[in-house]
Amino acid sequence: MPRRDDIKKILIIGSGPIIIGQACEFDYSGTQACKALRAEGYKVVLVNSNPATIMTDPEFADRTYIEPLTTESLRLIIERERPDALLPTVGGQTALNLAVELSERGILEEFGVEMIGAKLLAVKVAEDRREFKAAMLEIGLEVPVSGFATTYNEALALLDRVGIPCVIRPSFTLGGTGGGIAFNREEFEEIVNRGLATSPIHEVLIEESILGWKEFELEVMRDLADNVVVICSIENFDPMGVHTGDSITVAPAQTLTDKEYQRMRDAAIQVIRRVGVETGGSNIQFALNPKNGRMVVIEMNPRVSRSSALASKATGFPIAKIAARLAVGYTLDEIPNDITRKTPSCFEPTIDYTVVKIPKWAFEKFPEASTILGTQMKSVGEVMAIGRNFKEALQKGLRSLETGKGLASEKIDPERLVENLIQPTPLRLAYLHYALTQRISLEKLYEWTRIDPWFLQQLKEIVEMGEQLGKDSLTSISDDALRQAKQMGFSDERAAQLFCQNGPCTEEQVREERKRRGIQAIFKRVDTCGAEFESYTPYLYSSYEEEDEAAPTSKKKIMILGSGPNRIGQGIEFDYCCCHAAFALADAGYETLMVNCNPETVSTDYDTSDRLYFEPLTFEDVMNIVEIEKPDGLIVQFGGQTPLKLARQLSHAGVPIIGTSPDSIDLAEDRMRFGRLLAKLNIRQPKNGTATSVEEAKHVARQIGFPVLVRPSYVLGGRAMVIVFDEKSLEHYMESAVEVSHGRPVLIDEFLEDAFEYDVDALADGESVIIGGIMEHIEEAGIHSGDSISVLPPIIIQQKHLDQMRHTTQQLGKALGVVGLMNVQYAVAEDQVYVLEVNPRASRTVPFVSKATGVPLAKIAARLMVGAKLRDFGLTKELAVKHCYIKAPVFPFSKFPGVDTILGPEMKSTGEVMGVAETFGIAFAKSQIAAGTILPRSGVVFLSVNNHDKKHAARIGKDFIGVGFHIVATRGTAEVLKNAGMDVEFVYKVNEGRPNIVDLIKSDRIDMVVNTPLGRESFFDEKAIRRAATQYNIPCITTLSGARAAISAIRELQRENLDVRSLQEYHEASEFRMSKFE
Amino acid sequence: MKRQAILALEDGNTFTGTGFGHGGDAGGEVVFNTSMTGYQEVLTDPSYAGQIVVMTYPLIGNYGTNSEDVESERPHVSAFVVKENSTIYSSWRASESLDHYLERFGIPGIAGIDTRRLVRHIRDAGAQRGFVSSQLISPAEAVAKARAVTPMEGCDLASGVSCRVPYSWPVAEGASPRFKVVAYDYGIKQNILRLLSQHGCDVAIVPAHTTAEDTLAMKPDGVFLSNGPGDPQPLDYAIGNIGKLLGRVPIFGICLGHQLLGLALGGRTFKLKFGHRGGNQPVKNLIQKRVEITAHNHGFAVEPDSLNDREIQITHMNLNDQTLEGFRHRHLPVFSVQYHPEASPGPHDSLYLFDDFVSLMKQHKES
Repeated sequence: MPRRDDIKKILIIGSGPIIIGQACEFDYSGTQACKALRAEGYKVVLVNSNPATIMTDPEFADRTYIEPLTTESLRLIIERERPDALLPTVGGQTALNLAVELSERGILEEFGVEMIGAKLLAVKVAEDRREFKAAMLEIGLEVPVSGFATTYNEALALLDRVGIPCVIRPSFTLGGTGGGIAFNREEFEEIVNRGLATSPIHEVLIEESILGWKEFELEVMRDLADNVVVICSIENFDPMGVHTGDSITVAPAQTLTDKEYQRMRDAAIQVIRRVGVETGGSNIQFALNPKNGRMVVIEMNPRVSRSSALASKATGFPIAKIAARLAVGYTLDEIPNDITRKTPSCFEPTIDYTVVKIPKWAFEKFPEASTILGTQMKSVGEVMAIGRNFKEALQKGLRSLETGKGLASEKIDPERLVENLIQPTPLRLAYLHYALTQRISLEKLYEWTRIDPWFLQQLKEIVEMGEQLGKDSLTSISDDALRQAKQMGFSDERAAQLFCQNGPCTEEQVREERKRRGIQAIFKRVDTCGAEFESYTPYLYSSYEEEDEAAPTSKKKIMILGSGPNRIGQGIEFDYCCCHAAFALADAGYETLMVNCNPETVSTDYDTSDRLYFEPLTFEDVMNIVEIEKPDGLIVQFGGQTPLKLARQLSHAGVPIIGTSPDSIDLAEDRMRFGRLLAKLNIRQPKNGTATSVEEAKHVARQIGFPVLVRPSYVLGGRAMVIVFDEKSLEHYMESAVEVSHGRPVLIDEFLEDAFEYDVDALADGESVIIGGIMEHIEEAGIHSGDSISVLPPIIIQQKHLDQMRHTTQQLGKALGVVGLMNVQYAVAEDQVYVLEVNPRASRTVPFVSKATGVPLAKIAARLMVGAKLRDFGLTKELAVKHCYIKAPVFPFSKFPGVDTILGPEMKSTGEVMGVAETFGIAFAKSQIAAGTILPRSGVVFLSVNNHDKKHAARIGKDFIGVGFHIVATRGTAEVLKNAGMDVEFVYKVNEGRPNIVDLIKSDRIDMVVNTPLGRESFFDEKAIRRAATQYNIPCITTLSGARAAISAIRELQRENLDVRSLQEYHEASEFRMSKFE
Repeated sequence: MKRQAILALEDGNTFTGTGFGHGGDAGGEVVFNTSMTGYQEVLTDPSYAGQIVVMTYPLIGNYGTNSEDVESERPHVSAFVVKENSTIYSSWRASESLDHYLERFGIPGIAGIDTRRLVRHIRDAGAQRGFVSSQLISPAEAVAKARAVTPMEGCDLASGVSCRVPYSWPVAEGASPRFKVVAYDYGIKQNILRLLSQHGCDVAIVPAHTTAEDTLAMKPDGVFLSNGPGDPQPLDYAIGNIGKLLGRVPIFGICLGHQLLGLALGGRTFKLKFGHRGGNQPVKNLIQKRVEITAHNHGFAVEPDSLNDREIQITHMNLNDQTLEGFRHRHLPVFSVQYHPEASPGPHDSLYLFDDFVSLMKQHKES
C-alpha cells in the first residue's frame, strides 16, 4: 500500500521531561518519527516540554511547541494547527495517556484529528488490565490469576484466590509507580493503600505472584496489511519480580528452545492482533515457569518503548522510524532495510552477537531510599554492550556503567550474602561474584536468586578466568589464556589488577604486551542478518576475533565521545551536544565517528553519525577505535565528565584532542592552578581550599569560616556536595567522601549565604568570546544549579553585575584559551560578583540556551573546534533573547517513598522542562505546569518559614493575600504575619497537636505549601509536610524566592489564560539564521 | 581436555578451533544457518545430509538437547560448527548436553572459530566443500581432504536418507481420520508428519524409489513430496514417478519435493550461491498479498522462467532475492513451496498450507 495522501499534517507528542521510567529513548523514537514523516513530505507539528531533546530542535519539525504536555495546551495547539492526524505511539506513556484524554474529551473529534498507529480502542485494551486479561483469555492465552480492587476490603477479598506473596499494581501509573510485592498481610495493606492513592482512578490489580519465573519480552511490529514480524527477543537475567527496567536484559533470548520461542512468537502475534494495534511496534512481556514451561502473558505496551529502543540498537532495525512510516500507510515489504539496502524491512532480524543491557541506579543521591529492586523501576539510566558471547558483553557493559568499581571491588558484606542474593539490589552481581569465589554451588545460587543457571554459569566462568589471571603474571601468561581473557571481556585494567597479585603491573603494560603478542580488538558489524547480506552501515562493536570489518575510510574524520549512561547530573543534554557536533561536522564535510554505549540515545542511532561505535567509554576501548580509525580530531567536551575524564590519558597517548586543550581543562579543574589564574586576573571567588585528610579539612574550614560547601573534585551533578555547618559534620563528611573522590582532594569553599547564582554559557574561538546566555537561578545559592529553576534573561540582577559577568567571562575564555563551549557559574552576594566555577566544556544548559536564542551553540562550537571563527557565523555580540524562558527541574521523589524532597547542593533532578512566554509570570506558570506542578489560581496557602526568612515573611504573606489566598501558618510564622496586621489561620506542627498541618494536607484543605527549611538537618516535621505535599501532589515551595516567583505566576494566571506559540514563531525575530551555517 | 580441531575449505582457507562432540573427522559442503534457536532440529533435519553446518548465532548448546525436538532419529549433518559451545545446559526439558549428543551420534563439532568470518567468506565466495578434523592433521592435509569431498551437484543424496521400507504415521489422537496420504520420503522431517496427522491424515511414508503405480495402488487421497538433501536433478526416478502422478491425485511438495515437482512439470533448477538457511526469510504470498516469515533450508531453487506460465502460477516469492518460493498448477490439484511451512525450527506463519492441502484433497474427493 502506498502512503496516505488524505493526511497532510501530523501531530507528534513527545514524552516530556526525563523521569525514571521515561528517558531519552523517547527522544530517539520521536526524532526518528519526525525525520521519517518529514522525509515523506508530511508537515509535522511536535509538542514536547523538554528543551534538552533533539526532537525539539526547530529543524526537526515544521512547528515545534515547547509547551506543557496537558490536554489544555494540546487543545490550543490542535486548534491553532489543525493537524489531520495524531501519532501517539512514539512519546511513551505520557503521549499515549494524553492521546486517550484528548480522544475521550472529544477534542480529536471536534477538530477532526485521526489517531494513527494505535486507535483508542486498542490502547484501552492494552492499558486497562481488566480488558487486557479478558482479551488474553479469549484468545486462549494464560495470564496470572488476578482481580481488581478499588478499596482495601475488596483487595482483602481477593487474597484467597491469589495468595501471598502477591503483586499489587496500581492502574494507569508510569513505571509501576506505587506498586509492589507483598510478602505478608502488613505489607499487603500498606502497598494496597499506597497503590489506591497513586492510581489516578483509585484502582489496584492484585495478582498471583510469579516471582522467580523467567521473564521474556518480544518486540513486535505490525502493518496495515496485517504483516507481523518479531524484531527481537529479550531475556531478563533477573527473574520476574524485578521491573524489566531494573533488570539486566539480554538479546536474543538465550535459554529458549525453538519450540518455546515459537510458542511465544505465536502468542505475541495473537496478542498484537487481538489488542488491535494497527501499525507500529509493541512490546509484549511473558513469564515462563522454569519448572514446567507454563507461559503467561504479563503485559503489552501498544507503543514504542524503552525495550524497543534497546531492540533497535541491538538489532540495527530502526523500530520507531519504521513505525512512523507504517502509521501513514506503508507496509513492511515496501520499506527497504537501510543496512542491507537490497532486502525489505519485512523480515525478522537475526543477530550473531549477544547484547547485554545493564541499568544504572542513583541511590547514592537518595541515601534514605530502599535499594531493593522490585516491581517499581528505580534506575535512572542504562548501558548496552555487544559481544560475541555473553561474558564479553556483560563485562563490557559493566565497565560502561562507570561505577568506578569492578565486581570484585564493590563493598559487600559477606555476613549478609544470602539476604543480598534473595533480595536483589544493585549490588547483586557483586554478591554473586563473591559467592562464586567462595565456591557456593550454582544450585544454591539458583535457589536464592532464581537467576537461570545458564547465566550463573557464565558468571562462574568469568570468576574462574579471573582466578586464573590472578595466578599468572603478564610475562608468564600464555597467548591463549590472554586471548581467552580478552574474549571474555576482561579489560586491560582488570587484567593488570589481577596480575598485580604477582608483582606490579599497569594497564598500559598489559596493553603493550598484548599488542606485541598480536592480541588486538577487531570490529564487527551489526547488520540485522547474521552476515547473510552485505552491510552498508558502519555500525560496529569490538571483539577479539580474527576478521576486522571496520574498513576505515581515508576521509577527514572527527571522533566524538558520547556521555555514556544517563545519570542524575549527566543526561540527555550531553547527548544533545554530541549529536549536534555530529550534524555540524557532517555539514562541514567531515566524516563523523560516534562512540557511546547508551542505547536510549539519539547519538547511538546509526543515522546520526557516519560511523557508530557502540563501545564503552574507557581509555582502552576508545584507543582501540583510535588506532583503527586514526581520526584527525577527537572531541571530549560534549559528553560531560565521561570523556573529559579520559582527556589527559588520551592526550598523552598522542590522540589529537580538538577544542580547548586538555591542559586548560585541567587548569579549570585544578584548584591551585585555577586559584592562581583568578588571582592574576583579579577575579573574586569564594574563599576556598582543598584537603585530603580530616585534619586538613578542619584547618581549611576554620580559616574560611562555617558554613562551607564541600565536594570531591572531578564530579558532575554535585555528587556528594554538601553544605557543612560545623566541624562535626565536616569530620563525618570527610570520612565518607573519600570513596567518591578516588583519592583526589576534597574541595572546600566558603558558602555564600543569601546569594543568587548565575549560569553563563559562552562560545569561544581562541580569539573572541561570545556569551550565549546568562541565566538567573530563582532559588538562592545552596541549591545545585541543575536543580534550580532558571530564567533567561535574568530579571532581578543589577546592570553593573551583569556587565561584570560579561567582562569576567571574556577574561576567562581568553585566559583558558577556550575553543568551543564554556560555562561559568557566578554568585552575587552583598553587591559582589564571585566566580564559583568554570567548565571549559558543554554544560547542561546548552540545549536550553540554544532553544531560547535560536542559535545552535553546540553546532557552532563543533565548527570552532575544527578551525572556524565566530565571525564566520556572523556572531559578533552576545546573543539576544526576546522573550522570557524558564527552565524548571523535575524530580524522582515519587519513586522513592520516604525520601525527603528537600533540595541542596547535590543534584537530584532527572530532567527538565521549559516554559516560554512574554512575561515572567506566565513563563514560570508554564514551566511549573510542565514539571507537573499545577499552581492554584486561588485557595489556601500554608506558610512556614525559618527564622532567617522571617524578616521577609510579611511581604510574602501580603502578596498571597493580595492575590486572594487564605493563609494557614504555624506558630512562629503566624505571629509574624499577625503582627504585620494580616488575617492568618493558626495550625499545629506535626508534633504539637491535632489536627496538624499534615492532617490538613491529607484532608485537601491546602492548595499550596511554602516551607523554607531550617538550613541544617531537616526536622521530622518539615519532612512530613513535604512528603505529604508530594504524595497529594500539592505544590511545595522551599525557598522564598520560589514563593515570590509563584505569586507573580498566580497573578498573571488570574489575569490571562495561557496561550501557545511555536519555537519557529518565537525565533522569527531572531537575527541568526541557520542558513548561515549550512 | 580441550582438543584442537581444524576446518578447511576447498579454496584453501582454514580455521583452527576446539573440537567437541565426536573426535573424528568429516567432509561436506559448508553452509550456514541463521536461526538463533532450534539447533537440535537443524542437526536432525535429513536435508542437511552431506553438509557441514555453521550456526551464525554464536552461543549454541545453551538449552541442551531433548528427546522431543528431533526431526528424524538421528543427526544428519556431517559436522557442526559453532562459535561457543555452552559448557552448561539449562532447560526443564533437556536430557543431554549438545556435546554428548553429538558424541553419541558420531558427529564432529568445532567451536571457537571466527564463525562470522567463515560466514562472510561463504557469502562472498559461495558454498564450498570443507573438512573438519580433530586428528591434528596439517592445514594442507585438511584442505586436500576438503577438495576430495564429493561435490553435491549431481549426487543423489535423497536415496541415502530415505526409509528402506514403508511405514505409517497414524492420525493424531483427537483428530478424525479423513484422508489417506502417501508421503514420499526423500529425507522427510518428522514435523511434517506430525502436522499431517494433526490435520486428519493417515500417512504412509514410502521410500524415495517407490513407483507411481505402487503409490496409486494404495489409493491415496493425496501425495506428499518431502524435503530432502542435495541436488534434485539426479533424482530422475523421482521426477519420472511424480510426472506419472500429476493429475491423478492431489500433490503437495515441500523443498526438495517442490524442486522435483518443478522438474516434473518441465522446469529447471539451479544451485544458489550459498542457499537459504534460517528462520527469518520474508516470503510474499502473491495471492493473499501477505508476507510470511518462513523457515528455509535449500541450496537449489526452481527457475521461475522455466515454468510454463499458462500452466503454472507462481504463488510465493522471496523478498530478499526474488527467488521462486511456491507455485501451483492452474488446472491440476498440485502445489508446492520451496520453504518449510512445518517450521521446526522456525516460525509458524505458513501452517495454513497444510489446511490448503487438506482442502485440495477434500475438493478432489468430492468431485
